[in-house]
Amino acid sequence: MLKIENLSARIAEKEILKGVDLIVPDGEIHAIMGPNGAGKSTLSYVLSGREGYEVTGGSVTYNGQDLLAMEPEQRAAAGVFLAFQYPVELPGVGNANFIRTALNAVRRARGEPELDAVAFLKLARAAIKNLSMPDDMLKRNVNVGFSGGEKKRNEVLQMALLQPGLAILDETDSGLDIDALKIVADGVNALRDQKFSALVITHYQRLLDHIVPDRVHVLAAGRIIRSGGPELALELEAHGYAGLAA
Amino acid sequence: MTALPTRKLEAWRYTDLRALAAISFSEPAPVAVHATLPDLGIPRIVFVNGAYDKALSTPPVFLSKFATVAEASSLPLAKINAEHARDGITLTVPDGADAGALLLVSCASATAPIAFHPRHRITLGIGAKLTIIEVAMGQGVYWHNPVTDIALHENAGLAHYRLQDEGPESFHLATIRAKIAAGAAYESFSAVIGAKLSRAEFHATLMGPGGKTHLNAAQLLGGHQHGDFTSIVAHDAPNCSSRQTVKSVLDGHARGVFQGRIEVARAAQKTDGYQMNQALLLSDTAEIDIKPELEIFADDVKCSHGATIGALDPEQVFYLRSRGIPEDQARAMLIRAFLTEALEPVTHEAARKMFESAIETWWTRK
Repeated sequence: MLKIENLSARIAEKEILKGVDLIVPDGEIHAIMGPNGAGKSTLSYVLSGREGYEVTGGSVTYNGQDLLAMEPEQRAAAGVFLAFQYPVELPGVGNANFIRTALNAVRRARGEPELDAVAFLKLARAAIKNLSMPDDMLKRNVNVGFSGGEKKRNEVLQMALLQPGLAILDETDSGLDIDALKIVADGVNALRDQKFSALVITHYQRLLDHIVPDRVHVLAAGRIIRSGGPELALELEAHGYAGLAA
Repeated sequence: MTALPTRKLEAWRYTDLRALAAISFSEPAPVAVHATLPDLGIPRIVFVNGAYDKALSTPPVFLSKFATVAEASSLPLAKINAEHARDGITLTVPDGADAGALLLVSCASATAPIAFHPRHRITLGIGAKLTIIEVAMGQGVYWHNPVTDIALHENAGLAHYRLQDEGPESFHLATIRAKIAAGAAYESFSAVIGAKLSRAEFHATLMGPGGKTHLNAAQLLGGHQHGDFTSIVAHDAPNCSSRQTVKSVLDGHARGVFQGRIEVARAAQKTDGYQMNQALLLSDTAEIDIKPELEIFADDVKCSHGATIGALDPEQVFYLRSRGIPEDQARAMLIRAFLTEALEPVTHEAARKMFESAIETWWTRK
């Protein structure tokens, strides 16, 4: 379970999150919607431990562990996965090597045996097939020369292999055509079970047609101002955020 | 002895030899080697303190006896080398022969300061092929001042891989001169990891049409190390290509130098020259000096050069860490990735493994 209590955070001197309260029980997918500048990406970065964000108040626990006290790699080992809005290019780093190194680092931290190259490739090829991705995705350098859609699919591939307990999808739908959107949604839906939870951050209702959330929250000006069922996303799509903020 | 160059000479502006000049070196006496020497499962020639060690060597057939020569150039270090050279390899590969690969080890063991000045000569006949893998290592205060003269006849191909992993108190000043005839290729890569102060000075001359060369390097330096990579590529004939990718990773108070000159003669039309120098500074106190020079007298040439200096990208480090990779390992992966392009000419499997492991070791002992 992810439990966020009265979380405040800032970048440099700018207060971005101003007391966020949110609980995501195991097995549930929650959507966070909101206008630009509401603090959606800041929330995802604070949860994953990116440098440059100062937490000024509140707490975040995941399965009872104090997430904010952990290094980014420790959070990953604990099961937290951030699908980046802008996946980073790593020239000179092969995708297969990258994902295997990550998977083995996480397995090592969890006390599980590491996978050799052969066992990993078998696993990775199966995942690629399930996600209808091109075979050469593993051979290329990480995200280098990938289209926007390929980058997002590569995030989903990593997620499928790392098997996180909590996935944070930061505007994973931006820049995706409908086919890529379906692949991303299938990737998330395939992980759905009683232990998996996800925070789906998005501007639009479109993604939520494919990943149906249990709850929808509206983040505006650094606070959750409304929560509801999936119907809230439809309401936002029809009326926009303007009415809510008032 | 010819005087050591000073920083008043333009070619030595960034490398100060006063620390070397302050030491009084003596000629090495014979010693037994206790270090573990590299073994790549190929013929090996070992020099201990600059002298050929017969017991440790498994020489190939085309090796002949050392003979002194006079130095014609005005290069101060080559002149000093000629004045003191006592030994070195003389390799002559006949026309059309593929001589395989050869490991050339220089191992130093100094209890008091010693200096040695090997003179190596490598000649490849028409269409001949050879791979030389050089490793320089040692301990104590010493000065290794090798000169390697290479002559490649038409269509010959020499792959020359150098691992400079000298002891932390040593000085390594290497001069490598390659004369490349029509259609011949001189492919080199140097990994610079050791020595207190080092310089590798390459002079590659493309003498006939269709000649090719790679002068690549990776310098990995920390502490107060100084590493200088200097190259002069002379395009004297048309349709030749030269490629230089030199990468420096500098930590602590290390200082890297890259000086690269491409000279294109009037006759050298359709020259294709490329030079890229990139430095990754891992600390605020590391320093790199870069001096690229293009001197072009032909009018139909393609020559480009570029230089970048940067730090590790925090976005990239965070991306790796967010996937569970510990920070140290993330940084090591990015440094290895940064070096990839420089390692491109290393096609020999055993050599590649040796460099990979040297890079890995550098990272872990840092």
